[in-house]
Amino acid sequence: MAEIQLKALAHSYSDTPTGPDDYAIRQLDHVWHKGGAYALLGPSGCGKSTMLNIISGLIQPSEGEVLFDGKRVNELSPRDRNIAQVFQFPVIYDSMTVYENLAFPLKNNKVPASRIKVRVQEIAEVLEIEDKLHKKARNLTADEKQKVSMGRGLVREDVSAILFDEPLTVIDPQLKWKLRRKLKQIHEQFDITMVYVTHDQLEASTFADRIAVMYDGQVVQFGTPTELFEAPNHTFVGYFIGSPGMNIVEVERCSDGVCFGSTVLPLESWQVDILKRMTSGNLKIGIRPEFIEISPIASDDTYEANVQDIEDLGTYKIVTVQLGEQELKVRQNEEFEASIDSPVHLSFPKQWLMLYVDEFLVQEQQ
Amino acid sequence: MDKIPDNRAWWLVLPVFLLVAFSALIPLMTVVNYSVQDIFGPGQAYYVGAEWFKEVLADERLQDSLIRQFVFSGFVLLIQIPLGIGVALMMPKSGIKGSLCLILIAIPLLIPWNVVGTIWQIFARGDIGLFGWGINQLGIDYNYTGDTLDAWLTVLLMDVWHWTPLVALLCYSGLRAIPEAFYQAAEIDRASKWAVFRYIQLPRLKSVLIIAVLLRFMDSFMIYIEPFVLTGGGPGSSTTFLSQTLTTMAIGQFDLGRAAAFSLIYFLIVLLISWLFFTAITHADKEK
Amino acid sequence: MRQTRSKNVGITLFILLLLTPVYWLLNMSFKTNQEILGGLTLWPQTFTFDNYAVIFTDPSWYNGYLNSMLYVSINVVITLSVALPAAYAFSRYKFLGDKHLFFWLLSNRMAPPAVFLLPFFQLYSSIGLFDTHIAVALAHCLFNVPLAVWILEGFMKGVPREYDEMAYIDGYSFPRFFIKVFLPMIRSGIGVTAFFAFMFSWVELLLARTLTSVDAQPIGAIMTRTIGASGIDWGVLAAAGVLTIVPGLLVIWFVRNHVAKGFALGRV
Repeated sequence: MAEIQLKALAHSYSDTPTGPDDYAIRQLDHVWHKGGAYALLGPSGCGKSTMLNIISGLIQPSEGEVLFDGKRVNELSPRDRNIAQVFQFPVIYDSMTVYENLAFPLKNNKVPASRIKVRVQEIAEVLEIEDKLHKKARNLTADEKQKVSMGRGLVREDVSAILFDEPLTVIDPQLKWKLRRKLKQIHEQFDITMVYVTHDQLEASTFADRIAVMYDGQVVQFGTPTELFEAPNHTFVGYFIGSPGMNIVEVERCSDGVCFGSTVLPLESWQVDILKRMTSGNLKIGIRPEFIEISPIASDDTYEANVQDIEDLGTYKIVTVQLGEQELKVRQNEEFEASIDSPVHLSFPKQWLMLYVDEFLVQEQQ
Repeated sequence: MDKIPDNRAWWLVLPVFLLVAFSALIPLMTVVNYSVQDIFGPGQAYYVGAEWFKEVLADERLQDSLIRQFVFSGFVLLIQIPLGIGVALMMPKSGIKGSLCLILIAIPLLIPWNVVGTIWQIFARGDIGLFGWGINQLGIDYNYTGDTLDAWLTVLLMDVWHWTPLVALLCYSGLRAIPEAFYQAAEIDRASKWAVFRYIQLPRLKSVLIIAVLLRFMDSFMIYIEPFVLTGGGPGSSTTFLSQTLTTMAIGQFDLGRAAAFSLIYFLIVLLISWLFFTAITHADKEK
Repeated sequence: MRQTRSKNVGITLFILLLLTPVYWLLNMSFKTNQEILGGLTLWPQTFTFDNYAVIFTDPSWYNGYLNSMLYVSINVVITLSVALPAAYAFSRYKFLGDKHLFFWLLSNRMAPPAVFLLPFFQLYSSIGLFDTHIAVALAHCLFNVPLAVWILEGFMKGVPREYDEMAYIDGYSFPRFFIKVFLPMIRSGIGVTAFFAFMFSWVELLLARTLTSVDAQPIGAIMTRTIGASGIDWGVLAAAGVLTIVPGLLVIWFVRNHVAKGFALGRV
């Protein structure tokens, strides 16, 4: 097990990158601590698989360093880094049985036969494939194959880390949930560093203690699921995490706050202070649909808006309202009733109003 | 894929059927016809039943060339299949270097068979051929026209030169069809080079190897022109293979009945062995 | 890294060994007969094009090449035009006797040409086709058509039937669908099949020689004429040999991209 550190990492698939657009990963610094369960979350093409392959050594980064426990490993091949990786689509040795498949990495590591037996049995039980151990791997179903693939990653005890590259893509939704729990259990049981790549926020938050959100070749935020939800560090995180995502509104500077159209939003004084010192005109306000309050009666700090649409999602409702020119989503519980086109009164609790300058969150200085 | 039952598909196969029937069935009937008759001249033929077959089977000359044939085909497979796999593994995976290798390696396959014989006839000569001269320079007495073993080795070497490229190219395209993820997984699993070959490459080469073994068996079993040009079947009859014996019998000696009976036996042997190969391989596959 | 290098060394060595006999032929084709027989020289001391001049100026020589190319081309055209619909039928439909027919076809690929020499001679003589290009082309169909059907069927199986159905829904007639939609999808397969048909027809001599005498005689048979009263004319023989390799090289150059993918006959 090891602490994995990425220092000033950048990677381009082109031999002669000409601009930032040629880079799959741009200038990235990051640390995965020993024994953590991490998720790497981001949309397709954001560079998360590239990053994983750089950690495992399948790809040599074009710039920067990969450090395992402080030691540079850029030049080491995956076999020397002693890392396990599970791929998106099942890769199995189809001429072998399930048992032989699981034992294969151990045999290659010269683990004694008696230990192999115990270990394979243990992992097979965890993955619930112990009854298939003596079947030819090629006769398995797609999700059994993927379990075997995962098993080959989990079976090794001495690895620096286990990397998962969207391992549940081919698995049925029901089984997905089960396997995710399994992985979590395995993590608690064996205390291995695990990095789990996914584009599914639910998958990320059920598996990981901390999530790194990647966007456009950079890690834009690294935090617990709660942190990502409550204080997205970047407008992308706000938009990507949550369902629906954060309301993000382009605004301009006004006295004591910001405004859009005829709506003026007062901000906390420290936000106003910082705003004064910044010169950028790229200002945005973000607020989660969960934190906007709706009331039927107007008061001093409410804004009148128009109900556009109500979506009933069973246990809650998503209300679309129009405030001036701006559409906002508001999450309400299932009792909420209002007719379309009727006026409602919104209020925005100050502590949930996030100010973004150049897409990044403005935070209070301690 | 599930196929749709539809007998109208026969219309699509009809041209092939007629063409192959014309160029295979009619001649084959002629052969069968000859094999059971003794022909003295136009209109003078007697039915002799299985007489020719008995004679042919008892003919020592034929038995000898049959044994020679089996030994030859055996060596051909033993050398060419592993060598072809080895070459395919060494070929660059892609790019201009890959294409160039492919074309250069294919060259021997594109040379007419009599020219292959001619090339080696010259190349292996002790006086004007680089190969023969080189071997002699090493102090080894080598003369493929006089020495039986030398003649054999030369014919075998020629065949290896001529046909290993086919095996190599078949395997090469088989290897290229293996997804990169398999190699990555093996690298992660710390598999040795040998394990990668044994558990990833070899299993996925199986279907092309079946083709390679079958083609090489059939064609080596029918070999005629190349050794005929190179050694003329000699010294003595040491490199006279089945096809040559048959051709001499049919055209040289005009011994039609015997040649026909022999032809049928020959054809049956090729069919039988090919079938055995095929079922053995597919059967072994099912058992696992 | 070290491993790639040793691989490169290995493959370079193999190709060098493979090309040495060909080089020797090329080397000899530029030599005079005196030099060839005078002793071993690694490259021509007196470089000459005379041997090639003989071939290009003597119609009985260059006609041999034209004859060979003509019957090979006819054979490739016949092979592809009958094998394509048949392979389609085998890949898409179940019909009476399909499996037996398929195996019977393949068994013809296993027939030793020597077996058919005499019957072929008689057959083509009796229908007046002896010594014509079409006779050789037809005879070569014996082994090329089964192989072509086999290869093409493998490629066609790889094309999902949904394409066929979609084309019918879009109102394509069968011939139009087959030519406009289906054939382009198996381009590689057709390239490889044409390559194999060319190759096996071009290199075959036994049948070609037996079925011709003057008008359609293949180059391979003409080469035996270099053995004259004064012994073998080695230089011309070598030059003729070199020239037989050229058409093959041209063909493989054109299909090189398909060959890499499709050499496995669509069966990987």
